[in-house]
Parts: sequence; structure tokens; C-alpha cells
Amino acid sequence: MKRILSRLYLALVGLLLALPLVVVAGVSVNEKQSLTFPPEGFSLAWYTQIFADSGWRSALVNSVVLAASAAALAVAIAFPLAWFLWRRIAPWANIFQVLGLAPFILPPVITALGMLTFWATLGFYGQPWTAAISHAIFFVTLPLVTLSLGFSSIDRPLVEAASTMGADERTVLRTVVLPLILPYVISGYAFAFVLSLNEYIVAYMTVGFTMETLPIKIFNALRYGYTPTMASVSIFFVAIAAIVFGLIAHFGDLPRLLGAMDSTDK
Amino acid sequence: MSGLVLQDVAKHFGNLVAVDNVSLTVPHGTFVCMLGPSGCGKTTVLRMIAGLEDPTAGEILLDDKDITPVPTHKRNLGMVFQSLALFPHLTVGENIAYPLRIRRAPRAEQQKRVDELLSLIHLDGYADRPVSKLSGGQRQRVAIARALALSPKLFLLDEPLSALDAKLREAMQVELRQLQQKLGITTIVVTHDQREAMTMADLVVVMGEGRIRQAAPPIEIYRKPADAFVADFIGSTNLLDVETDGSGRAVVLGSAVPGLKLPDDQHKAMISVRPEDVHLKAPGSDGIAGKVNFVRDLGGTIETFVEAGGKIVVAVTTPRERTKFAAGEAVSVVLPAEACVVVKQ
Amino acid sequence: MKREPPRSLADYAPLAFPAVMLVVFFVVPFSTMIAVSFFRRQQGGFYTPDFVVDNYARFLTTFFGGVLGFSLMLAIMVALVCVAIAFPFTFLLAQTKRRVQIVWLVVMLSVLSLSEVIIGFAWSTLFSRTAGITNLFVWLGLMSEPQALVPGFGAVLTGMVYQALPYTVLVLYPAIVRLDPTLTEAARTLGASPLLAFFNVIVPTLRNTIVATLIMVFVFALGSYLLPQILGRPQHWTLSVLITDQAIYQSNMPFAAAMAVFLVLISLSLVALTLFVGRRETA
Repeated sequence: MKRILSRLYLALVGLLLALPLVVVAGVSVNEKQSLTFPPEGFSLAWYTQIFADSGWRSALVNSVVLAASAAALAVAIAFPLAWFLWRRIAPWANIFQVLGLAPFILPPVITALGMLTFWATLGFYGQPWTAAISHAIFFVTLPLVTLSLGFSSIDRPLVEAASTMGADERTVLRTVVLPLILPYVISGYAFAFVLSLNEYIVAYMTVGFTMETLPIKIFNALRYGYTPTMASVSIFFVAIAAIVFGLIAHFGDLPRLLGAMDSTDK
Repeated sequence: MSGLVLQDVAKHFGNLVAVDNVSLTVPHGTFVCMLGPSGCGKTTVLRMIAGLEDPTAGEILLDDKDITPVPTHKRNLGMVFQSLALFPHLTVGENIAYPLRIRRAPRAEQQKRVDELLSLIHLDGYADRPVSKLSGGQRQRVAIARALALSPKLFLLDEPLSALDAKLREAMQVELRQLQQKLGITTIVVTHDQREAMTMADLVVVMGEGRIRQAAPPIEIYRKPADAFVADFIGSTNLLDVETDGSGRAVVLGSAVPGLKLPDDQHKAMISVRPEDVHLKAPGSDGIAGKVNFVRDLGGTIETFVEAGGKIVVAVTTPRERTKFAAGEAVSVVLPAEACVVVKQ
Repeated sequence: MKREPPRSLADYAPLAFPAVMLVVFFVVPFSTMIAVSFFRRQQGGFYTPDFVVDNYARFLTTFFGGVLGFSLMLAIMVALVCVAIAFPFTFLLAQTKRRVQIVWLVVMLSVLSLSEVIIGFAWSTLFSRTAGITNLFVWLGLMSEPQALVPGFGAVLTGMVYQALPYTVLVLYPAIVRLDPTLTEAARTLGASPLLAFFNVIVPTLRNTIVATLIMVFVFALGSYLLPQILGRPQHWTLSVLITDQAIYQSNMPFAAAMAVFLVLISLSLVALTLFVGRRETA
């Protein structure tokens, strides 16, 4: 009885989460260019539109390039910082940790507006690369958190053991720390990538008038004219997120990454 | 003086004095066990020898050379950590070959050394297994082999057997001792298990509250403990107050102990008497009058707890040796003078 | 390799790049924004350096007060609804097998990472007349004809709860997973029913976690920007929408910046409160 109720509750929440996506998925396979559900007819044409239509394709390319470079930059900022904080006793350096966490905790519009004033003041407003830097700062929190967690999971005796066997600082980093931290680097990158791919407001405020990312394009389509491609793109994005997080869960320890430390028993 | 020498080594963590002026000389080839309760500073001493902690004061010399400023990775030592610290991303063979690999030794040489060491620890053919697939005892042996891969001058082990179950631990103690004798390497083991120390060591160093309480061969530590702390920590013992009365006799628990002499300048002291040295006799005869409080019959040995003069005295006998007394019976406790060791408090 | 304070300049080297990036691209923009909030606006989208508090004085208007009040009320409602749904959910989730948990976590992360645009689009579709849920109700005979549920307050609230729910679950998850399972078992052996044990033992034990989560979700909801626009009417716009509107369409950067600074102050004080609550829990 208890189990049935418990499952029922989980299923209800699942239904709530799935419902809008099911409808969007249904809309995306409509044969005609109309917003109807259940779908009338079945067609995957709107999925091929993402790649066939030059507008959608370039938005997709923009988004992927932006997300890939922003995530790489975010990891490049987070890695040395997390490593330094783990390696050294320097309490004051935690201020940088706080700076790294702040953009993610504050309402996004703050970062967006800060970036807008900053790039406008410097005269770079609208340059595509400003969006990459803005996203890297905005999402640096994610690799910072996964990497801090990753470093804290490296047993210090491993490092000490390596040094008793003659490994100096660089050798320890290369032969012990890097192989052990790599999964956390990858998941930090993946988190930042997926969130950057979906981000709207920071991208809009920095390059909204010069470059279309997919979220910007979807929003514009929402305002100025419906097309089922919006639905197919949305489902495409959900699929990318699910695949990326599924891979992280498959190759890494997702409960641990999310802060549940004693995930080995169960 | 060749070998390892610690000279007035101290380590403070803020206001906490973890190690307080420790001096110790370890000749080549000696097997040393550092023994003490947790928090006594023994692990800190080991870590300072390894260079993993900097001493606050003092010097550490190896073969007359001051190694205090030498960083860990240049000290040429092998160390086994309490957690073993096997690299989870490497196989058994790669773990053992690690010190050779980072020195860019030729592959063939690495392979040869790994095979040698694997056969030394009786794990031939395990080179390609992941360390996570090994049992506790096997991991233990891999950690030992890895530490020995470079034939170091010093072999340090921090509570190496604490994770193993009792039976395996005893077997590994013997194995470790035999291995050390075969290689003749200077070895320092930190442990809190006095049986382990008694089994393996040439020299037992008992530490308490950051200081060395006694450094001596195991039997001497047991037979002639330097102070009450050592007597109590090594094995079990009866610690009793002793006083000389007007006529110069040593009185314990209200009765004189014939033959027992206190040092001339003392008329109050404490003695340690091992339970197996305490004799119980039928009441009325000589000795201290007491009453049996509790009897623990363990089969192989019988522990009798006797209440005498307001204290509990423990006597251990084997079943065949002497008569067994039951709880509530009156007995006479005899302390042979030669078994009473006067200890510092 | 000891863990010790850095001594030489070389020891600090790893810090250089992150420090420069964070200072130049976060601290400086942030400070610029604060500075601009005191600048004077010029017609045509520009502003001149100055020190005026006019931008802050505008907060005192009833219009601004209304928007602020609505934003706070909306965020509070979202936080309450989310925690009410997510707390029992996460508790039940923590009792399932590890594999099941992982699947749910992947789902939560996927929904969490969804663009606000996509969430807004999905719910506007679900609430639309032609493709919406009301068609289902008509089919079931609950309604006579389909109708549009957007735009409206209910739609805004639903969309924002949907957006914040995975976040709530992920914030609660670590605390609930680490909860000692013997706690409920002990309560059960003392005769408490599962429901009673949940309310008498679990909820009080995690009271501070719940408070901290409410605040976190509140701040998260405060940042929602697109959903009120897509799913609501202009009277449902929040402070975040207003800030963007002023910055981009009204070209009044100083006023937008002043509102942003105000929003930061609200958020920071709440985050500080969360840390305070969290510290009391660990103490």
C-alpha cells in the first residue's frame, strides 16, 4: 500500500514534468504547419528543417559554437582556481571561489545587465566573442563546483604516496591528479555546455541584436510567427540534455556530483 | 653514527604540541615499532621522517646527513599508508611500477621488477588486475611491494594492518617480519596494537602525549616497563601503590610483601605486577587477604578478579596450573617480590 | 608535496588567470553597473557620469511598488508550491533504488537545463486552445469546448513552478539522502505510522534545510524573466522583466541598473540568511 502510494506520487510528478514536453513532441510531428494536438498526420519534416533551413541551421551553429567555447573557457578559469584552493592553504583566495559562485546565485538579469553595460562601455557591444566570455563567467560556477568536489574526492595520501616514491609537483599533477580529476573536468564542461546552449537572457543582452542563438530564435519565432520547427528544436534540445546527463550518470557518479557523499552504499 | 637519527625533533600545530623533543637512534636493518594510543604523536613522527610534515624544531639525520630540508620526493624511501593509497586508476602492475615509470626506467626493467616483487609477495600473475578487484590482504601486499620497488633505504608503514581482520592481521605480521629480515631494510611501523609490536619489532618505541616513554626491545618493555603508562599500555597489568612502613617493609594493599625493596630515596611508589605473576592461594596462609569478585573462564586461561584492600587485583592462570576459585570465595593474594616492578608514575 | 601556504610568486601563478578573468569580467561589469545606477540619463539612450539618486527615488512610485510587490509575491508562491511538491517527492525518491534515483536525477537535470524559452513555449502550447489540455477535458466530457488558459496568472505560476521544481529537488536531494534512515525506523518501532513519522520526525529534523531551500527557490524564481512575458499579461511582469524592458526598449540604463542593484541587495541578503540558517544546522 505504502509502495503503491509512493510510486503514484512519483509518477504524478513525472507526469507534470513530462506533460508539456509530450505536447511539444506531438506538435513537432504535425504534418501541417499548425499548432494542433493531438498531431494531425505524422512527419519528421520539422526536424530536418532544423538543419535544412538556413536560419535555424545558423542559429544552431551559433549556439553550439558559443556553448562549446564558453564551456571551455569556464573550465579553463575553474580548473586552476579549484586546484590552487585544494593544493594550498590560502583562506583569502576563497574570495575568488565566492566570485565564481556569485553569477549563478544572483538573478541572471543582473549578470546580463552588468555585461551589457560593460561591453557597451568598452565599445564591443554585439561582438560574438563577448557572448562567449559572458557565458563563461556566468556558468563558471558549474565546473568550479564539480572540480572542487573532484579535488576533495582525491585522497591526500595518494598524493603523498606519489611523492614518497619520488614524484615532484609536476609529476604528481600529471600522473595522479589529472587522471583522477578528468571525469569531473568532463562533467563540469558538459554542465556548462548544456546550460549555455539553453541560456537566453545573457546572450540576448550581449549579442541579441547581432547574432541569433537558438533560444533567441525560438523566442523571436514565438513572438513573430509560429512554426513547428520551434517544437522540433525544443525536443532536439531536451534530447541533447538527456543524452549528456545520461552519459555523465553512466560514466560518473551522479548522486555524488550532486552532493550526496555516501552514495557507495545502496 | 650511521642509520636514522632523530635529534630533539618537535612538531607544534598552533598551540598543540603534537611531538615534544623526540630523540631516537635507529641502526641499519632495525625493525622499529612506534606504539602508543591515538593522538600520541607517533604518526606525526613517521610523517616527519618521510618529509610529509616539517619539524618545528630539531633535525633528522640519515647516515650522518641532515635530511630535514630534503623534500619527500628526494628522500628515497618507501612508505605504506594507513589507507594504502593504491592508485585507483592504475592496475596492480602499474601501481608497483609507478616509482620506476616516473623515473623513466626502460619498460623491460619495469616489467622485470614488477614480476620479482609480485613473486616476493606471492601474487604472481596479478599484474593486470585492477586494484579494486583485490581482497584486503592482497591490496596490503601490493602496497608493500610498491613501497619496496626502488629498494629504499627506509621503509615506513603507518598502521599498515589496521584494516585487516584479526586472523589475517596476525598472518601478515609474521609475513612482514620475515620479509624485512630477508631484505635487511630499516623499517619503522606505526601501530596502536601492542601484539603487533611484540611480534615484529627489534625495538619498541612507546609514545604518550608527544614524548617517547620508553624505547627498548619488546621483552624488556614487557618485563621492565619504565613507567605506569608503559606498563598499562603494554599488555594488562596491576598497578598498585606501595609504601614502606616504620620497620622498612614494603606494604602493598595493607600487607607486607616479603623481599620487596623500594629504591633507597623513596618510601612511596607504584609497582606493576603482571596478572600471570599474581598467585592465588587458600585463605589464611601468607599474602594479602581478599575475596573473589568475578571469574572469567576463557577456556585457555582463567582470569580471576580479586577484591583486596579496596582495589581489584587480576590474576591469570591456566586451568591445569592451579586451583580454580569461585566468585565470593575468600582467597589470599601472593605477589612474588621478583615480579613486582617499581614504575614511575 | 605538503599542503601549505603559498610562499613564492610561482606558487601563486595558477591563481593568475582565474583571478584576472573573474575580476575583469565580473567585478568590473558589476561595479560599472552600480556606477551607472547613479548616472544621469540622457535622451537617446546614453547617460552621463554623475551622482544622482533620482533612479532610486523612482522606486517610491506606486507603479514600481506594485511590480516589486507582485514579483515578491509570485516568487514566494513559487517557492512554497515547489517545496510542498518537491519535499515529499525527494523523500520518496531517496528511498528508491540507486538506479531509479539516477534516472530521476537525469530527468531533473534535463528539465532544469531547459531554456526558459522552451518551457514558456511548451506551457503556452499546453494551455493553448488548439493544442492544449482543455481538448483533453472536452474529450473526457469535463468541458464543453476548448479554451485558452494563456495568458494568465495561473499559467505564469505553473510555468515558474515547472521551471523551479527540478532546482528544488536538486537542492533538497543531498540533505535528504544523507538523512539517517534509522530515524524513521526508530519512530516506527515506537508506534508512529509512516505519515506520522514523516511529519513528526523527518520534517522537524530538516526544518532548517526546508527554510534554506525556500529561500534558494525564492531567489531562483526572482530571476525568472521570460515566463511572465510569454505566459502572462503586462500586469504579471516581474522586476526582471522591467529591468530588461528599461535597459533594452526604454534605453534607460541608469534606472535599469538601479533596479538591478536593488534586486542584488534583496538576493544577497536572502542568500546571507540561507548561509546563516545553514550554519546553525551544522553547528
